Amino acid sequence: MNANSFSSAEARDPTLWVLTISPIVWAVHFLLSYGTAAVWCAKYAGPAGSLWTVRVAILVYTAVALAAIGLTGSYGYAAHRRGAAGLPHDDDTPEDRRRFMGFATFLLSSLSAVAVIYAALVPLFVETCQ
Amino acid sequence: MIPDAGTTRTDVEPLAQAPPPAIQRGQVERLLRAWKTPTGWRYWSAVNNSEVGLWYTTATFIFLLFAGVLALLMRVQLAAPNNDFLSAELYNQAFTVHGSAMMFLFAIPVFEAIAVMFLPQMLGARDLPFPRLSAFGFWAFLIGGIFLSGSIFFDAAPRGGWFMYPPLTSTYQSGIGPDIWLLGFSFIEIAAIAAAVEMIVGTLQCRPPGMRVNLMPLYAWYILVASAMILFAFPPLIAGSLLLEVERAFHWPFFDPNGGGDPLLWQHLFWLFGHPEVYIIFLPSVALIAMIVPTFTRIPIVGYTWVVLAAIGTGFISFGLWVHHMYTTGLPGVSLGLFSAASEAVAIPTGVQIFCFLATIAAGRVTRSVPMLYAFGALVIFVLGGLTGVMVAIVPFDFQAHDTFFVVGHFHYVLIGGALFPIFAGAYYFFPLINGKGLSERLGRIGFWIAFAGFNIAFLPMHLTGLRGMPRRVFTYPDDLGLNALNLISTIGAFILAGGIAVIFWDLFRPKGRQPYSPRNPWKAGTLEWLAEMPGKPWGVRSIPEIDSRYPLWDQPNFERDVDEGRFYLPDAEEEQRETIVTSPLDARPEYCLRLPGPSFIPLVAAVTTGGFFVFGTFYQWTLAVISLVLALCVIVYWLWTGTAIVPEKPEKNVGLGLTLPLYASGIRSVSWWAMCITMLALFSAFMSLIFGYFFFWTRHEDFPPDPSPGPGQFWPLLAGALLLAAWGSTLVARNRNRADAAGGYYASLAAAIVLAAGGALALLAGPYFTQLDPTTHVYPATVWLLASWNGLLIGVGIIMYLYCIARRAAGRMTATYDIDIANVTLYWHFCMLMAAITIGVIAGFPLVA
Repeated sequence: MNANSFSSAEARDPTLWVLTISPIVWAVHFLLSYGTAAVWCAKYAGPAGSLWTVRVAILVYTAVALAAIGLTGSYGYAAHRRGAAGLPHDDDTPEDRRRFMGFATFLLSSLSAVAVIYAALVPLFVETCQ
Repeated sequence: MIPDAGTTRTDVEPLAQAPPPAIQRGQVERLLRAWKTPTGWRYWSAVNNSEVGLWYTTATFIFLLFAGVLALLMRVQLAAPNNDFLSAELYNQAFTVHGSAMMFLFAIPVFEAIAVMFLPQMLGARDLPFPRLSAFGFWAFLIGGIFLSGSIFFDAAPRGGWFMYPPLTSTYQSGIGPDIWLLGFSFIEIAAIAAAVEMIVGTLQCRPPGMRVNLMPLYAWYILVASAMILFAFPPLIAGSLLLEVERAFHWPFFDPNGGGDPLLWQHLFWLFGHPEVYIIFLPSVALIAMIVPTFTRIPIVGYTWVVLAAIGTGFISFGLWVHHMYTTGLPGVSLGLFSAASEAVAIPTGVQIFCFLATIAAGRVTRSVPMLYAFGALVIFVLGGLTGVMVAIVPFDFQAHDTFFVVGHFHYVLIGGALFPIFAGAYYFFPLINGKGLSERLGRIGFWIAFAGFNIAFLPMHLTGLRGMPRRVFTYPDDLGLNALNLISTIGAFILAGGIAVIFWDLFRPKGRQPYSPRNPWKAGTLEWLAEMPGKPWGVRSIPEIDSRYPLWDQPNFERDVDEGRFYLPDAEEEQRETIVTSPLDARPEYCLRLPGPSFIPLVAAVTTGGFFVFGTFYQWTLAVISLVLALCVIVYWLWTGTAIVPEKPEKNVGLGLTLPLYASGIRSVSWWAMCITMLALFSAFMSLIFGYFFFWTRHEDFPPDPSPGPGQFWPLLAGALLLAAWGSTLVARNRNRADAAGGYYASLAAAIVLAAGGALALLAGPYFTQLDPTTHVYPATVWLLASWNGLLIGVGIIMYLYCIARRAAGRMTATYDIDIANVTLYWHFCMLMAAITIGVIAGFPLVA
């Protein structure tokens, strides 16, 4: 037997990067919101200027981000629920490893969604660049 | 657990019969010879993880004591109003060195040290994939640490506080203190990135066969996350230190408003590092608790996936917090709000893992023990620090508490609860793995209660001291502010805490000659590190097991016996070489057998010569610094030439259990390819920090870039782009020609790449040169020059790599099949090309659209 004769279920599966998709979406949403506000206030609106443009922009970012996180999360949830085995997904099989990855993806998506909503709450209350 | 119908089990069982005793004896002898620790003065050439980890941990503990003594001196000074025990000058040095040493010489390196020592054993690996890199990291750390700590004895230490804000550390400090900080710590940060490379590759590729990601010990998850964080957190500080040092040494005004610079850029870059760093410290420490709790509750951790969520989630969100250190700098309210929101959000994953630990404790039967005592203490203190953290994350409250003793109280609760107590818990738990002997339960309990009480007596009152208005970092205070009693109590508490730590240190370092060896697996734990014999053997693990469970020692029958009798993989060292198994990242399928290097003084010499550059640079002795750097380059090339990418004597070998593995891998399966990739990610994030600087200046100034733009124009940068693109293409051709075993084409395309790359670098520098940009006059030319020079330097290193690859093939050390060198150099050039493209887009393109 040599290394290549192992079953390579792994080769077709998503790699560990799948765990990071939703947190990366959160990070991009966060940086875009911060960057848009910073550039808008510094270059265009001035210290007391209106924040309306930024508020609309962040709303759009939020919708896109939540959609992307939602898709990732539902993929993760489906992977977690596949088959008959329940938590804690500690079986020594590629199937349980996939379920674990799915569940972790789902949890990270949930956290990312909460963090995106937290950030989106800010422009609800802040109206100017002050 | 209900296994699925149709589950694909690819399990390999250990040998049904143990090899005959004579064969086992032969195997053990060969393994011992391969893994022998050098003796006498050559002991210091050891690179084995158990030795390097031990030196590393010991050194960090000594720095902890040193920084702790400085804290006591400060507390003596503050014990009474108008005290003159320390001068203002010395007090400034004391708090700067205290904070810097605690962070850079204890908290971060101790996590690397502990991981170097125990991670391979937790992963059932013989060692980490780059033992000499670990040794280099340790020596670099030691040199940098002694350099920084020693400066206070010459009245030359930095005085700007551990976050070194300019202009306090530029215009107002002419001595070498800030240079010591900037260069000394840059050196240590390089060591930290080296450790991160080691940990990431180790966790992902050196797990034992069958240890799928859902079976990994939680410690490995935490270390993976913390190491990945280092790659994105440390580079901004390295970039910031580069800017500040260039400003101090060559007067390029990055932070000087007179030249268009802005001190706030430093704060951004520093805290882009500084806040994630808190979690880089916290995660590996709480990881120790995640290993301890299941052992003493006798059940698997409750909510394994939730803890993984907590580690990864915290890792990400902690990068969205940096501005909460800058609430009072006048940023727009919406920016503050965003960072406040993220600061509240990070409390969620942080809390989740603590609830998982509590749930495990509630679900199991807790055995009373000293490690659990420290773990409980840690949780109590950390939760209190976390709660005040949620308070200071709220902007209006922070306006009140900013730069007061409230913050000092808050972060000591976080760091001592989140790092120091867990590390003590880990020390009591893991100590038998170090020399086969346990620590004293009695001393452990006494030390705990004294330290726990002292800590709270010292730091709880500080919240009140701060709310009453006492700013941090003042060397004294007047008599009539109502601060006298609180400060005196804090001082008394600090000495009690020191007494507790003294007891713990006595227990750690007291001679244990007559004490009997601890029984094997004294705590009846379930994870792999407890396979170790008492006292341990240098080989890490006798045979590399096949893993079926998160707690193999609990769940896999006859596991210890099977490992000991060599019934698993690599039970022998037929060629008497150090070897371990490299596996795939998800399911840990064996991929190849990695030969590891043995003892060597090269890492030490490399650290000394590299350190020389930083030490001489501190004193502006640039000639000596450059000589030292050239020497370092020679040593590193020698190291690579003699010790890496060695063509094996046969293509593959039998590693036992009927499995034959290759002895060499290049490209994406190779550990060295990943090491290069990770290193380049770190360099890339440093580069992006410089790009951030460019756009930061754009938002801060009306005239950045100036209109009309004085340089570098478009011609030279675009020419550079074309030449570098051609160099990159030639590199790809060279790699493919080598694979096709076409030596002529390989050499020709590399020669072309050298010429093209050199031309590209010169053209990139020609832009600012011919448009006569003077970097000392204004921040715009300084930024353009810096970006061009950064690329020039990387391209220069890339040219050395080309020459190296030519020599490797010519010397027969690289062939069409064994092509690690050119594969990794190609990867390096992918990143170089990316950075050059971004640079050209920014310096040539942005002035057109701005």
